[in-house]
Amino acid sequence: MTDTPDYKAESPALEAWRMFRRNIPALCGVAMLTVIVLATLYGTFFYSGDPFDVVWAPHEPPGATPEFPLGTDYLGRNIVAGMLTGGGPTLAVGAAAAAITMVIGISLGALAGYYGGWVDNLLMRITEFFQVLPALLFAMVLVTLFSPSLWTIAIAIGVVSWPQTARLTRAEFLKIKELEYVTAARAIGARNKRIIWKVILPNAMPPLIVSATLTIGVAILFEAGLSFLGLGDPNVMSWGLMIGANREYILDAWWPVTFPGLAIFFTVFAVSLIGDGLNDAFNPKLRER
Amino acid sequence: MSSSYLLRRVGYGLLLMLGVVVLNFLLIRLAPGDPAVVIAGEMGGATEEMLESIREEYGLNKPVLVQLWIYVAGVAQGNLGESFFFNQPVAKLIADRIGPTILLVVTAQLMSIALGVFLGVLAARKPNGVMSAFVSVFATIGYAVPVFWTGIMLIILFASSFPIFPVEGMQSVKLRDAAWYVQTADVLHHLILPAFTLAIIYLAQYARLSRASMLEVLGSDYIRTARAKGAPEKSVLFKHALRNAALPILTVAGLQFGNLISGALLVETVFNWPGMGRLAFDSILRRDYPTIMGVLFFASAMVVVANILTDISYRWADPRLRGKS
Repeated sequence: MTDTPDYKAESPALEAWRMFRRNIPALCGVAMLTVIVLATLYGTFFYSGDPFDVVWAPHEPPGATPEFPLGTDYLGRNIVAGMLTGGGPTLAVGAAAAAITMVIGISLGALAGYYGGWVDNLLMRITEFFQVLPALLFAMVLVTLFSPSLWTIAIAIGVVSWPQTARLTRAEFLKIKELEYVTAARAIGARNKRIIWKVILPNAMPPLIVSATLTIGVAILFEAGLSFLGLGDPNVMSWGLMIGANREYILDAWWPVTFPGLAIFFTVFAVSLIGDGLNDAFNPKLRER
Repeated sequence: MSSSYLLRRVGYGLLLMLGVVVLNFLLIRLAPGDPAVVIAGEMGGATEEMLESIREEYGLNKPVLVQLWIYVAGVAQGNLGESFFFNQPVAKLIADRIGPTILLVVTAQLMSIALGVFLGVLAARKPNGVMSAFVSVFATIGYAVPVFWTGIMLIILFASSFPIFPVEGMQSVKLRDAAWYVQTADVLHHLILPAFTLAIIYLAQYARLSRASMLEVLGSDYIRTARAKGAPEKSVLFKHALRNAALPILTVAGLQFGNLISGALLVETVFNWPGMGRLAFDSILRRDYPTIMGVLFFASAMVVVANILTDISYRWADPRLRGKS
């Protein structure tokens, strides 16, 4: 008998991380997002001041006064202050909404895919119903009915965005529940609850992680759209609100709307670069394309 | 295509719409406060008389199930209630605005599919070429730009620097009495910027999708056969390959329709396009619930119709599905 060689198989997570580490666009995304998050968390430390305060003459162009590098808006509010404080709510709502989306979507999708039959039928009809409602409009209605705060906005976005996650989860469950290790788990007496959450779900995670990343991007755009329309929390400065508040004056001054828009763009861009990188990392086969 | 399939599909669509009506009803009741006040628009200006007539019309003093029945029966007869802000029946408000929205959404959809598929096919010819790189970068950018911001940037660009496109509204006031073809041209002229703004997001997605789909198809045997028999490259790409690669594009086009309507809402607000999105925005600011609910109903109906049309065209495009139900 020969000795088995001392070889340890690389765990899938480690392998994915090794792939991700070599993906330059994805690393750029991570760097961009880190800078943006740090700026919104600690930016006010260097640059204090209430973004709602009128501090200077209106429509001061960027660069004209050293104290206001990005200029002032139509009321004479400091745009840099708005940029630094306005990212927090956007990112927080984006993350919370994505979390709510994933919780609802994964739960319903897992139940539908695992149990099949009438459970699947019922849950899929509900999913189809929610897909018929135009998401932004429905979110607007919810926010208006239940008065806007960061939480209602996050919940509204979550309530309108879960169907895609549910469908994806269901498809994964349908595929995985036929595999041998699931049969094996059942054979040793594992209960349904355990099979769903401990056996199938971990194996369904890779596509769900990618989808969660993209969901954060979509949720950020959603929050920006709602605040732009003036349906966000009026007492909280956010990038979307800055664009919405200044949109009547775009032909007099381009800068109050341009900079917050760029901030939203770069945030979502960074998130989607990371999502693409994760997708490639989890599906090495797709890299050939 | 069997007509029984179509019938079932339409029946299911109607069921979904019934669901939307029930949801509307529930939302009004779930809102904090007296439903009559909610319906009157929370303007504080509603007189007791007005509230009483609302209670009478919606049967608010009766049991909830009876109220639901009154509401559903009303909608089935085309009665979506009265807008207390616009002082008009909601059905009339929407009838005036649904045309511009359909025009905008359908134009944007066609624009994004045509341009996106064209770019995608070009990119698929050389999977590692410049065009492929451009399509992937463009797709990621297109996904990340907030649509309302694109619109604003285009307005800034075209209002002052290149004033070749109108940046607001749907018609020029001074052409109100012009001949019909002048007016049509005027509307199309106004349509270009909003439709393009809305198309950008999806254009990028279609380009990426059709590139991937084409690459898969181009590797198959029948393409090799077509090339072997000496078919010109153009006909191989656009006739043999694209027809087979089109199915996933069609699926996504159907699924995207709801998102397109959400996007139209923002684009209409930015460009002052006189459609349902603009109406939704105005009525939400005024808390004019009958109008909001009417818009939600019709916007959902548009999605249902789009889904049925997608199904039909899918069966038309894929002969393998014909005859099956």
